[in-house]
Amino acid sequence: MKSVEKTGKTVDEAIQAALEELGVKREEAKIEVLDEGAKGFLGILGARPARVRVTVDNSLDAKVNAAREFLAGLLERMNVSAEIETEIGEDQLVYMRMSGRRMGVVIGRRGQTLDAIQYLVNLVANKLPGPRARIVLDAEGYRDKRAETLRNLATRLAAKAKSERRKTVLEPMNALERRIVHLALADDTEVETRSEGEEPYRRVVILPKRT
Amino acid sequence: MKELVKYLAEALVEHPEEVRVSQVEGEKSIILELRVASSDMGKVIGKQGRVAKALRTVVKAAAPRGEKMVHLEIVG
Repeated sequence: MKSVEKTGKTVDEAIQAALEELGVKREEAKIEVLDEGAKGFLGILGARPARVRVTVDNSLDAKVNAAREFLAGLLERMNVSAEIETEIGEDQLVYMRMSGRRMGVVIGRRGQTLDAIQYLVNLVANKLPGPRARIVLDAEGYRDKRAETLRNLATRLAAKAKSERRKTVLEPMNALERRIVHLALADDTEVETRSEGEEPYRRVVILPKRT
Repeated sequence: MKELVKYLAEALVEHPEEVRVSQVEGEKSIILELRVASSDMGKVIGKQGRVAKALRTVVKAAAPRGEKMVHLEIVG
């Protein structure tokens, strides 16, 4: 929670000043009028400025609730019934895991739909004030399984690059997936990995090192 | 489908009351036209169309299989 107190000629002016300082919108804040203020006689005698206190909930919890509510509504409108399990990690990292039937619809080809939903959930959560939350969305353990598949693929293609002594190109992947491949081969002294091309077609290449 | 697009757009924009979605049905496809306040266009398109792309991906995923293709268009 963060709150400021402001004064102004009118209650409205005081509220505006407070909202500006906090950088939030009226509907995101809790407003208390501490003093309505008084115009006084001819604007001199007994004049008193209006005073307000404006409070915003900039906690991670508020963001997590907004994200969860948005996700639940989204799934409902996609005709998917799922349970959502939330885990709050360190550094504003939040895991939301979905389980249920028809998770394939939510995951999509190569996790495309899951990534799209994750992106939207993050946008909605971070519309609220406060430090940026990073929400990682998963469905039926897809992310772990995909990481495992990528690591296997990386080892297999590295072996191929070595035996055939030539560059091996992987299919386009997003930054997170490319990172998994690079990390999987970081300790392999016989190959080098690089990313080539422009998003969204950027792909990892595995090069055998000359010996 | 219309409901879904409306829901997504309303969650992203600053002026949800100005979100309009209309549906144009063709022989082989359905076009969903999304209109938002002009100041909110950026919110539903995003940098390099990232938000628009995510919206389209979700709409495609939600479209029933084997039926008409669903396209989402953002109308300025």
